[in-house]
Amino acid sequence: MSGSLRRAAAALLRWGRGAGGGGFWVPGVRAAGSGAGGGGSAEQLDALVKKDKVVVFLKGTPEQPQCGFSNAVVQILRLHGARDYAAYNVLDDPELRQGIKDYSNWPTIPQVYLNGEFVGGCDILLQMHQNGDLVEELKKLGIHSALLDEKKDQDSK
Amino acid sequence: RLVSGLVYLAGRVCLSQGSAGSGAMGPVEAAIRTKLEQALSPEVLELRNESGGHAVPPGSETHFRVAVVSSRFEGLSPLQRHRLVHTALAEELAGPVHALAIQARTPAQWRENPELDTSPPCLGGSKKTRGTP
Repeated sequence: MSGSLRRAAAALLRWGRGAGGGGFWVPGVRAAGSGAGGGGSAEQLDALVKKDKVVVFLKGTPEQPQCGFSNAVVQILRLHGARDYAAYNVLDDPELRQGIKDYSNWPTIPQVYLNGEFVGGCDILLQMHQNGDLVEELKKLGIHSALLDEKKDQDSK
Repeated sequence: RLVSGLVYLAGRVCLSQGSAGSGAMGPVEAAIRTKLEQALSPEVLELRNESGGHAVPPGSETHFRVAVVSSRFEGLSPLQRHRLVHTALAEELAGPVHALAIQARTPAQWRENPELDTSPPCLGGSKKTRGTP
């Protein structure tokens, strides 16, 4: 069990270093245009953030983030093994970029939504990761954080 | 020649560390300081212009990191704290400020870890609209 987890984690690291697609752990990336319906009306965005349990708005994509703060969000989610998240690239769609800021009344990107609710940006997600809150919030969504297994592995050695 | 060499080095250090209290504070940085002081009466306010590390022209005031320590944050969630900071800086955020990394702590929390974090490295931003927020 722990052996396969280690192999999966190693695969994650390779993917994170830009090894390209075909990795086992690929998040459900939606292009901003097709998923968002081209634009950022409040109703559309409301539907978008509620469509998936974990939704992030980034500059760039998880495979190729174009902003250090957006990348931080991607890396944190990767550490927790959260793979089925929706990621929207605001750089592809200026209406989405402004629309999501108006929707959340939050002036910057990245933005993280859990269970349809705005949680914060990169600083807040990092804080939640560091203090254990993120593991708890993911658990509430039925997502078992990979870090829990790591800890179990270490405890049993 | 030695003096001019030292001044050159000091200038380089200041560029890489942002304003770093060198006295070369731009108007946006000054406004951020004033507004946060007025809104939150902080015990500690550490502000760093990080624009030098991003894909914007030299001398820009677009990317900042701030640590605000205030008892006004007691009992507030991180989201509520950040929103207070955003409200105080609404004008700057609607204007020139493109990125704002926030550490919003109570005095007790700051004492546990009194340091301004560092931001992750820039990954280029939007190449199509380089230089504009």
